[in-house]
Amino acid sequence: MTPANSPSRTSISWTYLIAALISLIGLTDAIYLTVQHITGESLRCTIISGCSEVLSSPYAQVGPVPLAAIGAAAYFIVFSMAILAAFGYPFAKPLLRIIVSLMFVMTLWLLYLQAFVIHHFCQYCLLSAAVTTALTLIVLLSALRKKAA
Amino acid sequence: MVALYFILWWEHLQQPRETTINKSAADWDDAEMKRALPFIIIAIVGLMAIFLMFSAGGVWLFSKRPQPATPASGPSPQPGSEPPGAVPPHVRGNSNAPVTVEEFADFQCPSCGAYYPELKKIESEYGERLRVIFRENPLYPNHQYSVIAAQAAEAAGLQGEAQFWAMHDKLYENQKTWSEAKDVTPIFVDYARQIGLNVDQFMRDINGEAVAQRIFQDGKRAHALGIQSTPTFFVNGKEASGDSWKPEGLRQMISEALRAAGQ
Repeated sequence: MTPANSPSRTSISWTYLIAALISLIGLTDAIYLTVQHITGESLRCTIISGCSEVLSSPYAQVGPVPLAAIGAAAYFIVFSMAILAAFGYPFAKPLLRIIVSLMFVMTLWLLYLQAFVIHHFCQYCLLSAAVTTALTLIVLLSALRKKAA
Repeated sequence: MVALYFILWWEHLQQPRETTINKSAADWDDAEMKRALPFIIIAIVGLMAIFLMFSAGGVWLFSKRPQPATPASGPSPQPGSEPPGAVPPHVRGNSNAPVTVEEFADFQCPSCGAYYPELKKIESEYGERLRVIFRENPLYPNHQYSVIAAQAAEAAGLQGEAQFWAMHDKLYENQKTWSEAKDVTPIFVDYARQIGLNVDQFMRDINGEAVAQRIFQDGKRAHALGIQSTPTFFVNGKEASGDSWKPEGLRQMISEALRAAGQ
């Protein structure tokens, strides 16, 4: 019998491995934004993008914590769960679904804020939105495939 | 989060190990390795993420160390071959002050709005020893009302220098209000009325050639100086960059320029 938290099979799931690799893009992006936020480099208004408007808005932090740092933590958890799921740890898959769903809802909210409240888009935030959407699609497709099987 | 990973690792260690007598030591090591591999990958990526965050922060701090001071002297901003900007410039403070801060700004830029009270504090701290020149640098289309706001300030300026600064202050103090409005013209007309402008004249000037020329001339100067963001400051012709851009850094530059001028 396979214990609850041990790998259920030895072969690697490529779907979850791809999800882990995609989450690394999001992690790098979020780390970059966190560093920008902490150093204050994004504070000035630049001609080339609306990043300064978005990143200096009150929505860019939750209390004293930069939103990007929370994003980095979320991407790291997604990466960890995706790796564990890829190696067959059964508990990782439902956790991954829950976290990715929450991140997708958050992404929709942030897109709404950029479009209708701040009236500017930040390219790094849009990259993060694309990564989360890709992760959501992967998790959704793998869940549908499992249901069909 | 660290606790979560510790629990997962602990659970992993508690798994019953396969003790089948037929299994060779090599097989057992292989199975054990496969179970440990994801945790090793996660640990490596986690350490790399922490390293990346700290090293990026460290590089930034290192690159922003104060440069050896080379204070510029003389009261005129950036003497050289650059276009002079709108003539006469908008000046606040003592016109014979030994130190000049030339600011390139955009009335709708949030950072300019955030810096506005800081610059006012600096002006009051240095008093007669400092003069501030304001240059228009609207970042359109990034800030949709930046040009009309610059036009409003310049149109006010055509009715007097004090009127320009009154409109300048009004625009910054109410930046959030008009930035989110659907139509800014009635708001600016209201500001014009509040600061005692001739509103008919203001409405004629706002789209007039004189106003457009002033903004264009300041823009030419900004372009020649390679200004890429707002607000940008020059202290006696020397650009305040990096830490010097922040209020404390700007104070330091002003003090150095004062020392160089023997004040």
